[in-house]
Amino acid sequence: MDLSVTLGALRLKNPLMAASGCFGYGVEYASAVDLATLGGVVSKGLFLAPREGHPPERIVETPAGMLNAIGLQGIGVHRYIEEKLPELRERGATNIVNICGSTLDEYVELARILSDADGVHALELNISCPNIKEGGITFGCSLQGTFDVVSAVRKVTQLPVLPKLTPNVTDVASFARQAEDAGADAISLVNTFLAMAIDVETRRPRLSNIVGGLSGPAIRPIAVRMVYECRRAVKIPIIGMGGIATAEDALEFMIAGASAVQIGTANFVDPFVWGKVLAGIERYMTRHNIDRLQDLVGTIDTSTREKEWISS
Amino acid sequence: MYNSPVPLDIEARVTANTRLSRDYNVLALAAPEIAAAVAPGQFVMVKPGRGYDPLLRRPFSVFEILRTSGGAVTGLTLLSKRIGVTTTLLFEAVEGDVVSCLGPLGRPFTLVDPPAEAWIVAGGVGLAPFATLTEALGARRTPITMFYGARTGAELFYLDWFRERDVRLVLTTEDGSSGERGRVTGPLDRELQQARGRDVMIYACGPEPMLEAVAHLAARRGQPCQVSVERVMGCGMGGCYSCVIPVREPRGGQHYVRSCLAGPVFTGADIVWD
Repeated sequence: MDLSVTLGALRLKNPLMAASGCFGYGVEYASAVDLATLGGVVSKGLFLAPREGHPPERIVETPAGMLNAIGLQGIGVHRYIEEKLPELRERGATNIVNICGSTLDEYVELARILSDADGVHALELNISCPNIKEGGITFGCSLQGTFDVVSAVRKVTQLPVLPKLTPNVTDVASFARQAEDAGADAISLVNTFLAMAIDVETRRPRLSNIVGGLSGPAIRPIAVRMVYECRRAVKIPIIGMGGIATAEDALEFMIAGASAVQIGTANFVDPFVWGKVLAGIERYMTRHNIDRLQDLVGTIDTSTREKEWISS
Repeated sequence: MYNSPVPLDIEARVTANTRLSRDYNVLALAAPEIAAAVAPGQFVMVKPGRGYDPLLRRPFSVFEILRTSGGAVTGLTLLSKRIGVTTTLLFEAVEGDVVSCLGPLGRPFTLVDPPAEAWIVAGGVGLAPFATLTEALGARRTPITMFYGARTGAELFYLDWFRERDVRLVLTTEDGSSGERGRVTGPLDRELQQARGRDVMIYACGPEPMLEAVAHLAARRGQPCQVSVERVMGCGMGGCYSCVIPVREPRGGQHYVRSCLAGPVFTGADIVWD
């Protein structure tokens, strides 16, 4: 049974990646899951410098989902390389570093620094965090900005470049095309949906940042639709995510067109989710006589069918 | 390297649900592996039932360790106050229900030995971590005083349990229906003034304004203080960065740390109270 995935020059053992911001720096979860068994570990979003993030409250639960406005609290790229990367390397993790810049130059500088670091396997470009004012989303909500960031990073690194797109645009497929034209190896989608929740008793927003990003099973059907749209728009591989909690959820994204998937919020609920989803995918492959998981990617069947009489 | 022990995830059967008042209950869970591993002050992440409502687990201090008469650990209990979706489900749970229980997690209390005394300060549902702490301190023969405050006398629980373990109780209620009228910090401060020169370790858990007041009193009277904080927590494992609390930096300034990993027990003087 072959579960491996090739994303440009990046080869993953299996399609399950830990989503940025949902798995700390990876080392926090080493007690619960053997990091080497994951397809990839995507780091928390990193700027050049450390950041404190937003004051609490930073998360609030909503129906079948959660809002977060962490504000990209992080240790910065230098401490990541010094303090986290050696352990991740030792544990055999496939490390995808999620980078965020306030300016184009910051993305370029981060890409340069990480290209020289031992144990980094790819860069995910965060141009889609809905929770901070400067940078990131400013690029990700503009077609030209998306093109500029991806092509600038592309010029300075040999590492696979995976821009992570925002769903908070009218036509996500046009952003996928920009990323492809600018030289991206694959695209990650989606980041969270901009959303808010209010306490009606106090009339106060439930998050200190007022608005935040919605994740979890609530967003899954929208994310699946976006993966499906982008699959038809670009040739580069898609890493799909948005509310994946079970093997069926992961398979749904793959059938819609995702070559690999990321799990985020479900890891908060169950840090042992990884083995369960992987086992479920293997059972599905056996049941459907699939030897190579990549053969499933984009196999959605939209043909019209005669109604079948199924005798029970 | 992160060398935290592997947390256990147990689909724990409810073995009893004792309602203590209109909103408080004690839920007994068959999770002996977690109960045997837990240290006083540690917590578990709990999710009643399956499905996506509620979606996230919620953190609970382990209240009691349940044992057979022969001493074999059979499970643990949670002290819960009904305020939201999860606590309502825990309040309504019946024997045989299954509650997903992940733990033990977090940094426990640091214990003290005689001649040091332990002064526990509990506010409302903040009583939760102090049954296991009392047992651990009792095994070291450390004398214990517990300042325990609630809104009303009907919400002061397990008083006999603590008395049977030689805990000296100082009770306060906001309505004066039991013990001294007012907040728990009143008698605490009076006794702290009389305890000058004695070796006291304060352990506090309760509403954050109470923790802040206790930490300030302890600092003013020159006694060390450990507080167990409760922040909105998404995962309990250090993954989500939601449960942060500002602490003082050694070189000055302040910094958000995750209360699930760096806490929930902190040195009171380290926290920057809002």
